[in-house]
Amino acid sequence: MLRAEGRNVIGLTMQLWNQRRLAEHEGMPESVQGRCCSIDDVYDARRVAETLGIPYYLVNHEERFERDVVRPFVEEYLAGRTPIPCSLCNNHLKFDQLLIVAQQIGAEQIATGHYAQVVFDEHLNRWLLKRPADKSKDQTYFLFGLTQEQLSRTLFPLGGMTKPEVRELARKHNLVIAEKPDSQEICFVPGGDYKRFLEAYLAEQGEQPARTSNKTIAGEMVTTDGKVIGEHAGVHNFTVGQRKGLGVATGSPLYVIQIKNDTRQVVVGKDEELYSRTLHARRVNLISTAELRQPMRVAVKIRHKHQPAPAIIEPAGESAGPDEVRVTFDEPQRAITPGQAAVFYDGDIVVGGGWIENSMQ
Amino acid sequence: MMRRVYLDNNATTPVLPEVMDSMRPYFGERFGNASSIHHHGQETRAAVERARESVAVLFGCRASEVVFTSGGTEGNNLAVFGPVRPGDHVITSTIEHHAVLNACKHLAAKGCEVTYLPVDGRGLVDPEDVKRALRSNTKLITIMFANNETGVVQRVAEIGKIAAEADIYFHTDAVQAAGKVAIDVNKIGCDLLTISGHKFHGPQGVGALYVRKGTQLEPMLYGGSHERSRRAGTENVPGIVGLGKAAELASGGFERGNERGDERGDDLRMDHQTMAVARDRLERELLKVEATGLNGEGAPRVPNTTNIYFDGIEGEALLIALDLKGLAVSTGAACSSGAIEPSHVLTAMGLRRERAKASIRFSLGKQNTPEDIDFALGLIPETVARLRELSPVWPSSTPKAAVSKKLAARS
Repeated sequence: MLRAEGRNVIGLTMQLWNQRRLAEHEGMPESVQGRCCSIDDVYDARRVAETLGIPYYLVNHEERFERDVVRPFVEEYLAGRTPIPCSLCNNHLKFDQLLIVAQQIGAEQIATGHYAQVVFDEHLNRWLLKRPADKSKDQTYFLFGLTQEQLSRTLFPLGGMTKPEVRELARKHNLVIAEKPDSQEICFVPGGDYKRFLEAYLAEQGEQPARTSNKTIAGEMVTTDGKVIGEHAGVHNFTVGQRKGLGVATGSPLYVIQIKNDTRQVVVGKDEELYSRTLHARRVNLISTAELRQPMRVAVKIRHKHQPAPAIIEPAGESAGPDEVRVTFDEPQRAITPGQAAVFYDGDIVVGGGWIENSMQ
Repeated sequence: MMRRVYLDNNATTPVLPEVMDSMRPYFGERFGNASSIHHHGQETRAAVERARESVAVLFGCRASEVVFTSGGTEGNNLAVFGPVRPGDHVITSTIEHHAVLNACKHLAAKGCEVTYLPVDGRGLVDPEDVKRALRSNTKLITIMFANNETGVVQRVAEIGKIAAEADIYFHTDAVQAAGKVAIDVNKIGCDLLTISGHKFHGPQGVGALYVRKGTQLEPMLYGGSHERSRRAGTENVPGIVGLGKAAELASGGFERGNERGDERGDDLRMDHQTMAVARDRLERELLKVEATGLNGEGAPRVPNTTNIYFDGIEGEALLIALDLKGLAVSTGAACSSGAIEPSHVLTAMGLRRERAKASIRFSLGKQNTPEDIDFALGLIPETVARLRELSPVWPSSTPKAAVSKKLAARS
């Protein structure tokens, strides 16, 4: 599409993770075909570039990916939060490192296959991030960290198309990837089993906890009224809202309500105890506005598959940092999960977003 | 059409026209299997043996001591695996090509002992280290002739002498030496020596291994009794013929180059002296760029290679930026591109990771011209300057750099 516009296009693949790296560790499934950064993927990308007649390069940023995405991913889980590596990757690799590479090799902009749109608003004099035409493929939730500088140098050519249209276009150009299955899970966690990944990674690094029953991460399971009802093998095994695999049996269904990092306690309770109206977001990045001084009415999305819910965002207060925001929902929301992102929308426009620190009852 | 200049001849070289011409009949009318008894077989057998003689001239050996292979990797593998049995000890160096290093790694996994000798800051193995590493069960010493990344030439004759005195097989990987410096297996004193056709203007997919008469070599491929049962499989006749022609041109090149001085006649291609002159000019001019240095300085080197570090840049980015402007160079071994680890050769020489990753290899071939060097010199300094302007680690006070530093600092 960019070629048709007469632009000079260069193909780049970032090699970020060696899919065979943890393969020999117990319980790790063999790398799945069509997975990111696999030899097959790079082969496909190379074939596409060749079909389009554009130069193509593979650049290796495994070191940075491990430092800025994999490590924080592991540490977030060990701290009792539920991380989103894709956002970290966008912030640190795709829209930072890749832009640096682009600049180095003389490219003015980068184009990625994200389903999102970038437009410049002359009235606001700002670059805006908008939801794509294909709402079912919306990836703006993972892109809330983009700065004005980054947005100004980014193109999302697929933002105005639906996935079937994209496939049709690929077929028309005889691209080998036209029928390639959609990617879904976390690219470096084969089979989507993050617990196995954590254990294999930590074992490789020679760090504890390698497996269960480690005293430093094991802790108590308590009810919301403080009663100890059992033990758990590590906070990384839990996510707020989780029901299965708690290892305790009581008369009524129990859910993880809260994970207390300081005491290593996992708090469980009834479904209705999962709901809260406010949350505190940190490291907020604002896109459609330079700063937030007054309370603002928006819709807030608290996980990828969440329907944005009406809310008020406002500065978190005197004692909080300038990039901290308090979100108050009109209706209580279920399972607000620390480590996930809260992304603020005004219709299709992304106002900004931040990382969920905690929820408040 | 964009002008393209190729300075990556240690990765591969273009086939010279006379090499191409020599091969052409063997894709067409002369198609026989060299093992066949009839006319067609006799025709190709003769061609294979003529090529063997040409390679023997290049090596300074008997034709019967030349085994044709599929290239450098096979030759090196055969030389490393062929003489060694479980329980044996092998001496090699940390800067070998992966075709030797990984073969040794495999031997170690199969019950052999392997000693990896270090190199000094110039990239040289100390022959005294070889002597000190000798054990009662040492079976093979394998030390390369010329390094693919730096062009540094090892003291192979001294090592050969040590091997001969200890009565131990000596193999040298001469893939990057062939066609660049004179090879004489008797002066070197080696029992095994590997070359690859495409590194000196022959075709890809063919190579040769020198095997001194009497060397016990277990084959890797089993089949017919081709190549005196040292390498089974129908001969790659066009490839072998091309390799023979390339060897002939390489041997002749030395004689002509040495004897005729500056008289180049109507052959405008670079010989070893003009190549060294062109390489030296490239090197001299690039080293004038701030914060650069030569890898392998102070060591003898083949005349076509220079490896230079440009502090504050990423070699990978420089390579891509130059390629987009029509100049082909390399960050090290072609096989390592896309790899995360910096060059094992440069780090073995004591370079820190950043400097190893900031290093670029330039390697010339016979087809290069002085104008190619001008083209490279017109591009590289400005590209390095631009990359440094964008570098988060490069000290600079220009506003443009400050913006990119801010961008990088956000990480």
